Amino acid sequence: MDKVLMKGNEAIAEAAIRANCRHFFGYPITPQTEISAYMAKRMSKVGGTFLQAESEVAAINMVYGAAGAGVRVMTSSSSPGISLKMEGLSYIAGADLPCVIVNIVRAGPGLGGIQPAQSDYFQAVKGGGHGDYRMIVIAPSSIQETVDCTIDAFDLADKYRMPVMLMGDGMLGQMMEPVSFPEVKTDHLPKKDWATTGTKMKRKANIINSLYIHPEELEEVILKREEKYNTIYETEVKYHTEGLENADVVLVAYGTTARIAKAAIALAKQNGIKAGLIRPITLWPFPTDIIAKTAPNVKCMISVEMSTGQMVEDIRLAVNGVCPVHFYGRTGGAVPTPTAIFEQIRRYA
Amino acid sequence: MTREILFAGFGGQGILFCGKVMSYLGLVSGLEVSWLPSYGPEMRGGTANCHVIVSNDAVGSPIINNPTDLIVMNLPSFDKFENTVSPGGNIIIDSSLISKKTSRNDVNAHYIPATQMANEMGVPKLANMIMLGKLISVLAAVSLDQVKEALEKSVPPSKKELIEVNLKAIQAGYNFNSDI
Repeated sequence: MDKVLMKGNEAIAEAAIRANCRHFFGYPITPQTEISAYMAKRMSKVGGTFLQAESEVAAINMVYGAAGAGVRVMTSSSSPGISLKMEGLSYIAGADLPCVIVNIVRAGPGLGGIQPAQSDYFQAVKGGGHGDYRMIVIAPSSIQETVDCTIDAFDLADKYRMPVMLMGDGMLGQMMEPVSFPEVKTDHLPKKDWATTGTKMKRKANIINSLYIHPEELEEVILKREEKYNTIYETEVKYHTEGLENADVVLVAYGTTARIAKAAIALAKQNGIKAGLIRPITLWPFPTDIIAKTAPNVKCMISVEMSTGQMVEDIRLAVNGVCPVHFYGRTGGAVPTPTAIFEQIRRYA
Repeated sequence: MTREILFAGFGGQGILFCGKVMSYLGLVSGLEVSWLPSYGPEMRGGTANCHVIVSNDAVGSPIINNPTDLIVMNLPSFDKFENTVSPGGNIIIDSSLISKKTSRNDVNAHYIPATQMANEMGVPKLANMIMLGKLISVLAAVSLDQVKEALEKSVPPSKKELIEVNLKAIQAGYNFNSDI
């Protein structure tokens, strides 16, 4: 198929439709509104449902309902809107329902700003909503990868019956790059025999619920879910590495920041400094093993983020004191430059 | 080869579209491309710009700090970006809207009265395409067939009839000799 230029936001929407998502509930917010706009235009043409809800809270609860009925469903928002969705998200996780949530992150806290940021890392990977739950969080770094990750997100959600978040920053949502769309197959996925689609008086009613009054019962449900999370941690980690062999300094960065980090690594090379990159693609499950394996061979690692330092904590846990882990970041919608990152490499090399 | 091209001007001048056609030109020439708009509380009459990177290699950072080529269509953008252009780079200036000359002597300046030319051609909205034509002639990188293909991909099917007139505007810019 011919490559076309698409904005990240539009590419996510088109990829979702191709992945057989036929239900979208959203509420506009910069810098992700193009997702809603694209869905509004396309959904009716493919026999799907697009609905602009009265609020983010309403949208996520519509997702809850649609997911319970066993259809592929998505919502999208940006940081302040994602905060509003957190209650619903916790319910969806507690009811073991598959859905895809897109967060095109902007600066926070509060209304913050509309420029790109990565300061929702904690919210995405550490909970955000209440309770013992996890969410697979995928952070693509190019528009083509955004397409591929969107399709993966729906598969992972169905495979594990859980919410999956696709997390990009404002820049990834707004920029255009050439993309092509792969053929999507879903026949390898489990049947949704748990969905509440009506018994037609032929089977026992399926019940979707997150309320368990007796502690022992709830504990059992949570521990069973925890086993699922452990399996995911063992099998679904995704990352990309570059130039780790002989590297003195290793940068860890994801999303747009990883691209800028690559430019900084090229600058380091020109200056005779060996630097490498570990780019987490899944932020949860976090690529702990590769980071732990790399730590003994390097002088230090530097976490580069568009935040005041969030992922750096997970890197430090993975490194476990084996090498120093430094942090460099810009925040509030400011974006690090290759030169500024290179200065950090030079400082610690 | 990597060109880092910054298109800048007023909202409504077709700055983003101009960058889009350039991106498709890169794509149909078999190069890697990225297109990044300024986004924010923008409006018609406010400043608008977009960053286009065209390269043999995968594009790293999509943000341009020091453009190799600056296409500039209003004074505020000229003042803002003139000094960011890489030494040896190009500045293409719509001289019907910017009366200033560049004070840089380490860049190649190309002055073209694109807005006036567009008005005279009866296509006042296509000054952006005239500027693009000038850029293409400066970069001397593509054929007219490729330009047409890029336009066909950039223009939505509902506006197909506009391809020819866009192409004419690009040609006018391409043929304009700014050194005289």
